[in-house]
Amino acid sequence: MKKISIVCRCEDITEEDVIKAIDEGYTDIEELRKKLRIGMGPCQGRVCIQLVAKILEKKTGKKVSSIPLPTSRPPEIPVSLGTLASDEK
Amino acid sequence: MKSKADVVIIGGGINGCSLAYNLAKKKVNVVVVEKNYLSSGATGACGAGIRQQWSTLENTKLSIESVKIFEKLSKELGQDIEFRQGGYLIAIHDKKELIQAEKNVAMQRSLGLKVDILDVNKINGIVPILDVKGINAIGATFCPTDGHANPFKTNFAYAYAARRFGAEIYTHTKAIGIKTNQKKIKSVETDKGSIKTDCVVNAAGIDSKEIASMVKINLPIIEYRKEIMATECLKPLFEAMVISFKDGIYFSQQREGQIVGGIPIPEERSGFKTIPTFAFMQHMAKTLVRYAPILKHVNMLRHWTGFYDVTPDSRPILGEVKKIKGFIQCNGFSGHGFMISPMVTKILSEYIADGKFPAILKDLNLDRFKGEKIVYEKSVVG
Repeated sequence: MKKISIVCRCEDITEEDVIKAIDEGYTDIEELRKKLRIGMGPCQGRVCIQLVAKILEKKTGKKVSSIPLPTSRPPEIPVSLGTLASDEK
Repeated sequence: MKSKADVVIIGGGINGCSLAYNLAKKKVNVVVVEKNYLSSGATGACGAGIRQQWSTLENTKLSIESVKIFEKLSKELGQDIEFRQGGYLIAIHDKKELIQAEKNVAMQRSLGLKVDILDVNKINGIVPILDVKGINAIGATFCPTDGHANPFKTNFAYAYAARRFGAEIYTHTKAIGIKTNQKKIKSVETDKGSIKTDCVVNAAGIDSKEIASMVKINLPIIEYRKEIMATECLKPLFEAMVISFKDGIYFSQQREGQIVGGIPIPEERSGFKTIPTFAFMQHMAKTLVRYAPILKHVNMLRHWTGFYDVTPDSRPILGEVKKIKGFIQCNGFSGHGFMISPMVTKILSEYIADGKFPAILKDLNLDRFKGEKIVYEKSVVG
């Protein structure tokens, strides 16, 4: 059986997917996000972004410390539209 | 980095990259400089919609021709851009909107577009989750060939194909100056070096005004921050994009299942501030739940901001400026740059490479804002 490492649980993205995208020329973390949807699921990148940054370091030599975090998107955790639409404070 | 090119394009968004593709295909030696990453501006914040229902002839023509290109684009570029045609449903709320819709539809049909005005009771046949009473709709217009594509993937696919035809695309490379001599373009100065050229295309989106000011050209563009949100992914519920000019809302379900949509907040002001607001979250949630009450159980995951580069008539500025030879505008898209980019860049590439000058380039030239009566695009949303 083939060994698969899931990098992004929300969007089912594997280490192999990330490596393939980097090989295709997507070497910015934001480009990888837009190509693969990493960080766009319910966890907002809490699981995947550091892992992807490490893969990027390994593949491109860019230091993890120099790879910017993707823009943070409110509301940070999922909130129902019904709650947001209500006037409860 | 190349030190010489036939054409230098400033901006690696959808228009910059699709123009690079169209020029490279014509064997033009083209370079793109992008200060950040590809699709880092308006394209990366885009709502993904592709609409042909406009109030002005120019926008309608550009979008009809663009849809014809979009239909074959995945194959042409060799990458899936996730194009699909679920239509656009535009709510009509009152008599005044109905009269405008009748005018628009007559004009659109004269250009061969299949578009209809629907009775209010036909709305749920297209989008079952809508509450027509909550919307206060008296009808709608519907065009089944409108649709969506993934803006990032389209941007990347154009860049990929452009490179295959020999275009050079430099990201993280900022244009910091443009040199001219006797009102002709001489070179583009970047933070990584100088590129000699006699043709520069200003496709810098919201920064186009700043780029034009390097050669003392004033573009009448005002930047508006826009907000947009995505929900968690759901089973397929509807295929059409739903929009309302009166409420300013637009929303649709994307391929992965998330609902993506936006609305202007009532206190909206122009400016460069990029922080998303609580006012948007609440206003969007309230309006969306009024349109589709069932969505109150659905979670909003994230919301973000992007910019509209708005011109006085909400139509793009295209083509060469009179004052400086070789300085070409491809900006001022006013919130609909993605959906018309295939045709816009085809026309511009034919102008640059073959000297073709169709009437639309005159109609959308920067000069139109001088004196003559302005034709406003009324069908703007978001």
